[in-house]
Amino acid sequence: MSADNVLLAASGIGKHFGGLAALSGVSITVRHGEIFGLIGPNGAGKTTLFNVLTGLAVPDTGTLIFDGHRIEGLKPHAVAGHGIARTFQNIRLFGSMTALENVMVGRHLRSNTGVLGAVFRTRAAVAEERAITRRAHELLDYCGLSAHSNNLARDLPYGDQRRLEIARALATDPKLLALDEPAAGMNATETAALKALLERIRNDGVTLLLIEHDMKLVMGLSHSVAVLDYGEKIAEGEPETVQRDPRVIEAYLGGGFA
Amino acid sequence: MSWSALFTDRRWRWIAWSAVALLLLALPFIIEALLGRSWVRIIAVALLFVMLALGLNIVVGFAGLLDLGYIAFFAVGAYSYALLASPQFAVHWPFLVLLPLGAAIAAVFGVLLGAPTLRLRGDYLAIVTLGFGEIIRVFLNNLNRPVNITNGPQGITLIDPLQMGGFSLAHTHTFAGLTFAPVHNYYFVFLVCAVLSIVLSLRLENSRIGRAWIAIRDDELAASSMGINTRNLKLLAFAMGATFGGVAGGLFASFQGFISPESFHLIDSIMVLCMVVLGGMGNVAGVVLGAVLLTALPEALRYIGPLQQRWLGGVIVDPADLRMLLFGLALVLMMLLRPEGLWPARRRRVAPVHTGNADVG
Ligand SMILES: Nc1ncnc2c1ncn2[C@@H]1O[C@H](COP(=O)(O)OP(=O)(O)OP(=O)(O)O)[C@@H](O)[C@H]1O
Ligand SMILES: [Mg+2]
Repeated sequence: MSADNVLLAASGIGKHFGGLAALSGVSITVRHGEIFGLIGPNGAGKTTLFNVLTGLAVPDTGTLIFDGHRIEGLKPHAVAGHGIARTFQNIRLFGSMTALENVMVGRHLRSNTGVLGAVFRTRAAVAEERAITRRAHELLDYCGLSAHSNNLARDLPYGDQRRLEIARALATDPKLLALDEPAAGMNATETAALKALLERIRNDGVTLLLIEHDMKLVMGLSHSVAVLDYGEKIAEGEPETVQRDPRVIEAYLGGGFA
Repeated sequence: MSWSALFTDRRWRWIAWSAVALLLLALPFIIEALLGRSWVRIIAVALLFVMLALGLNIVVGFAGLLDLGYIAFFAVGAYSYALLASPQFAVHWPFLVLLPLGAAIAAVFGVLLGAPTLRLRGDYLAIVTLGFGEIIRVFLNNLNRPVNITNGPQGITLIDPLQMGGFSLAHTHTFAGLTFAPVHNYYFVFLVCAVLSIVLSLRLENSRIGRAWIAIRDDELAASSMGINTRNLKLLAFAMGATFGGVAGGLFASFQGFISPESFHLIDSIMVLCMVVLGGMGNVAGVVLGAVLLTALPEALRYIGPLQQRWLGGVIVDPADLRMLLFGLALVLMMLLRPEGLWPARRRRVAPVHTGNADVG
């Protein structure tokens, strides 16, 4: 693994909530163009690591280097500006907006119409608005949601809401897309479609960081996997190696997983 | 064809909107003939409240920031105009300078209120904004000592009307056989301002800025994760909302010719908030409806006194009390029967455009 191939390097990340060490000294390295799986039993600290990575939580210790920039402690919008987009374990769409508008919000970062442009409908503002709408339609189509473009986000079926979160995140033109349990609550057909979508996103050049409890899905997709348990990384490597690691098997059996 | 289709259908649109425009132009004369001149004044004031409610709608309806001190911006606009266009300091600046100036000063106050409250939401924000509104009023009440700036509770009198060259809105003019009393003149100015406020609100709502505000209202955390600088956009919402209030305040001062801190109580903030909520938070048409209804309803309820006299042979319940009672009852019923407002916000539908395959990268 050559150093210039590294997109994200997290080293020694620690995060406490009161007396609870949600993360202690966690380091991971994500390379350009790969799908990186992050697994671990419930409460292992996976979501907390995402929150630290995307600026929603400030780490107590450690550094984050993303695409050559130090990003730990930055505000969420600044992190998004550097090219990290995410989805949420508990879906967080803009419920009163249509599916299309949700994706259009994702374009906020890559557009710049201000109050004056909006009020006077300047030529530039109109052109930009049209480009935003077109791109949002493309992304809905890309995620298989065109039929829902004018439905309110809160009215969409569960699986479609998860895919809408992906479309919205893609609208920010991310280099790294961080997905927190995208297959949760999906049936087998939806999961298969999701797998195809994620592979397609990666083939189009976006690096993926994937938290997922569906072992078949995460092991089938990932190039590298890291395992968290009680806030510590207990294994990292290729899926086949990690799956056979005794500590991993122990952690999952202890956590009630098969 | 449904009523709303009349306003969107290509062939009928122009006719429908022209009819509305004609009606609005003729309205003060029709109202005067039917109900008397005092009602022309009421519809002029209703237009001012349309501006105020639309301003507050940006803060509460779009960005979801509960503001209970909004009337303070109206006060700031009114006093900015009054102090610089009255004998108080013996200066008489033209309104074309004063209205934008009032808007700018109000915007600064908007940011002053917004900056320390950025982390607050819901109830906590409501309490702080409520306090802010009261602070402004108390200042206006007490800034007559040691140096007399605001003239305290006596307020400021003899405020200049809107005037330009020799033409003053405070005079009666005759034009094309119609008599334009001052209240008519102001009605037309307020009408233009209210229409501009509506256009501004709609354009902001359907823009990158408006979408960002609504995203913050729906889920602030998700909005920031999508790259929205929530701090800047919340400050912008406070400033924009305050701007509407500032202009309305200046217009109010010139229209009345007299202002005092009495006009800017907490109850007035609550009234404007009721207009926004009752009409349908976030929906521009609903907010306009709310403003007009809530200005006219209390006035209409004034007729309760005379009606009691006529039907019951005497005034049994104090009309002022009964007015507030009925008003409160109407609000409670509204919240029970139509909690989303009379005309709830329906996110607009965007027409589909040609879609192709997207590459992500
Ligand atoms: N804001 C918070 N305040 C206090 N404790 C928290 C907070 N966020 C997370 N925790 C705790 O930190 C630990 C790690 O939580 P986290 O959500 O990161 O786990 P996870 O690996 O995502 O689990 P799951 O698979 O159930 O989603 C848990 O014990 C959780 O209760
Ligand atoms: Mg989690």
